[in-house]
Amino acid sequence: MNIAKSIVFAGLLAIGAHGAMAQAPAAEAPVTAAVANEAAPVAAANAAAPAESAKAEAKVAAPEQLKPEPTIGQPQAKELGFQEQVTANGRYALWFHNGILLPLITIISVFVLVLLLYVMFRFRAGRNPVPSKVSHNTAIEVIWTLGPVLILVGVAIPSIDLLAKQFKPAPKEALTVKVTGYQWYWGYEYPDNGIAEYVSNMLPPEKAVANGEPGLLAVDNRLVLPVGRPIKLITTGSDVIHSFSVPALWVKIDAVPGRLNERTFTIDRPGVYYGQCSELCGARHGFMPIAIEALPQDKFAQWVASQGGSVTAKPAEAAAAAN
Amino acid sequence: MSTTITADGGHGHAHDHHDADHKPGFFARWFLSTNHKDIGTLYLIFAITAGVIGGAISGLMRAELAQPGIQYLHLWAQWSDGPTATLDQAYHLWNVLITAHGLIMVFFMVMPAIIGGFGNWFVPIMIGAPDMAFPRMNNVSFWLLIPAFLLLLGSSFVPGGTGNGAGTGWTVYAPLSTSGSAGPAVDLAILSLHIAGAGSILGAVNFITTIFNMRAPGMTLHKMPLFVWSVLVTAFLLLLALPVLAAAITMLLTDRNFGTTFYDAAGGGDPELYQHLFWFFGHPEVYIMILPGFGIVSQIISTFSRKPVFGYLGMAYAMVAIGVVGFVVWAHHMFTTGMTVNVKMYFTAATMVIAVPTGVKIFSWIATMWGGSISFKTPMVWALGFVFLFTVGGVTGVVLANGGVDDNMHDTYYVVAHFHYVLSLGAVFSLFAGFYYWFPKMSGRMYSEFLGQLHFWVFFIGVNLLFFPMHFLGLSGMPRRIPDYPQAYAYWNGIASHGYEIMAVGVLIFFINIIWAFAAGKKAGDNPWGEGATTLEWTLSSPPPYHQFETLPVID
Repeated sequence: MNIAKSIVFAGLLAIGAHGAMAQAPAAEAPVTAAVANEAAPVAAANAAAPAESAKAEAKVAAPEQLKPEPTIGQPQAKELGFQEQVTANGRYALWFHNGILLPLITIISVFVLVLLLYVMFRFRAGRNPVPSKVSHNTAIEVIWTLGPVLILVGVAIPSIDLLAKQFKPAPKEALTVKVTGYQWYWGYEYPDNGIAEYVSNMLPPEKAVANGEPGLLAVDNRLVLPVGRPIKLITTGSDVIHSFSVPALWVKIDAVPGRLNERTFTIDRPGVYYGQCSELCGARHGFMPIAIEALPQDKFAQWVASQGGSVTAKPAEAAAAAN
Repeated sequence: MSTTITADGGHGHAHDHHDADHKPGFFARWFLSTNHKDIGTLYLIFAITAGVIGGAISGLMRAELAQPGIQYLHLWAQWSDGPTATLDQAYHLWNVLITAHGLIMVFFMVMPAIIGGFGNWFVPIMIGAPDMAFPRMNNVSFWLLIPAFLLLLGSSFVPGGTGNGAGTGWTVYAPLSTSGSAGPAVDLAILSLHIAGAGSILGAVNFITTIFNMRAPGMTLHKMPLFVWSVLVTAFLLLLALPVLAAAITMLLTDRNFGTTFYDAAGGGDPELYQHLFWFFGHPEVYIMILPGFGIVSQIISTFSRKPVFGYLGMAYAMVAIGVVGFVVWAHHMFTTGMTVNVKMYFTAATMVIAVPTGVKIFSWIATMWGGSISFKTPMVWALGFVFLFTVGGVTGVVLANGGVDDNMHDTYYVVAHFHYVLSLGAVFSLFAGFYYWFPKMSGRMYSEFLGQLHFWVFFIGVNLLFFPMHFLGLSGMPRRIPDYPQAYAYWNGIASHGYEIMAVGVLIFFINIIWAFAAGKKAGDNPWGEGATTLEWTLSSPPPYHQFETLPVID
């Protein structure tokens, strides 16, 4: 058994290391898909070293890495609100928060404050020495019970609508990407394209800054996604619970061991969007960031090819290939 | 009913013929106590001690977070884990700090102070009873807290995975708390919660029995002061919620030590099961911490407005409603765990319902003041601060209730801001309000009104500077529970840390005030608050006799 395993594994490495950071030759893509899907967990950890040599052989060069725009996809200094949204659902949620919820809670808080200040001024002992004995008023009690009910019903309508939009099932042409949380890095796999899992670690902050990227958010291998095509994101955890969170996409979904969670979104502009693990996962919880590089479809296809994958493979075929 | 009271009232001490103020010797009085007032005092002293420790831990956290980068954490880790401590051990220490801060403040500060302290002191007196129904059980409830607290503190000194101590967060989620934390630290923390929980369950049984069976003649349920109502509802929440926590963490223990797989998918279990069980306890738990605060604030606003509480029945049943609905909203803490759309919609709608009875309470407090003759003594100032800050914390809860919006807010500093506004600025303001309100009664001394007011304003400014910027950090995407953060979050974090410094000065003024009161405070009369204070504790001397109401008061 062990011997068999090593033979398969040695062969695997010989072909050109289809694993974690493999940059396998494009011509061998179909084979890669079939083998790598089975061997991914092992290969993920072990294929990192040969990847460098494989890169040289790659026939398609990866597109040049996108530089992040300083005002999009990352937090801003002294920021008061949400990051700019780059998905339709994100913008809808942002409108719901900024257009309805935030004004509503501001008005309610100010209303209560004004009432309090008025009462404190008008009914202070110096001005109103004899207190009234009124302790009931059915009409006002009904009003302040039913009033909030009506307001909440008004809030619930867009809220439920937002949930319905977020949970709209992914269309057939959606690109499936599998995200696995590890202590303390992320693994990304493209089953539709035959790209086996590669891992994404945080760049040291000095390196990130030298690279023109925000410290603690930049990574070595980004999650590359196409613009304008629905993404079906599948998350799971390998050891403890992590949470995949990208504020600019309005996406946060836990990566739970033994479960597959799904979230669908469509990014509508190219760019680099940063996020961080958002479920306490141990010592380096604060140091496993997420960086998404959203590329136009042609660039994405080029990236896929550079990874030895194929962008034309339909989900059904990819599934068949994987089996 | 009166026969029950007589039977229980005579139970306890072996005084052959005791006069009302005969006190046992020091050891018997404080270590074998069966007197609800002494046990209440013990609870308050304990809670203040734990609060200082929990508050000091948050000071460490704010110091580290004052600037981006790791400044002190590594040094502290070298103190706690030995000079060879790695950076990973330092990061683990961070997780230990957040865990300890949460557990200490919830289980060893707010709950002992508000239920054990004020509940013990004033529930029996307010209903005209000589003591609690089960005085010895009352003593057990308190003394269980001590080993529980020592276990929790002790857990910091034994291995808990990457470094020493339990670094799981106060929620102790599996599998981080099972396979993710090797070593005895998490076992000790779990045992600590078990013991503290057992004490709370006994306390809840005691309060329910006392309130149902030991009310003075004429003290019907609908005449009880709202503080007693709040403790009654809280006791039921404790009784129903804590056993679920006990079950959840027992399964953690067996998963950790005996090879079961309740929370391990590899053996047919599910990590989400733990979260459901935990939050089925955890959500009622937040009402356990705030409901008695509602009760305290109701008493104070009525007293200092010299008016009866407006809409008394509405106020009482609003608390009952909050308690009931509080049991069916738990999964709003789990919006990002991958629940289905229908479940998310249900928990969104159910959570928003809670805003209705809470709104009734806010408006009723204002209506109580409306037409009143308000004097702004220290307790009233704290109560007014409570009403406003709890409103702010409450409305951000309505925002978070929306499952679709929460996708971008869950586990960010917005959540930290929200729950500190309702707890640090809600529950803690009600604790200070209650402390100043009842301190003359409990000690027989008046505190300095000037220092009380000064304490309020310094603390008010401090906590708002500390917690309001966290809303901005959260909206901007800063996750909770991280020891270091991207440069962009530096500005608001710096402000928050300055807020902590101001708040700490406020706490210092509080302690100076207590010392001043005992050293130089005027003697308090039976009723220092005047005609607005109508509940039974103000009919007794200050401090009350060791045994009150040997002849039961009759309420008309």
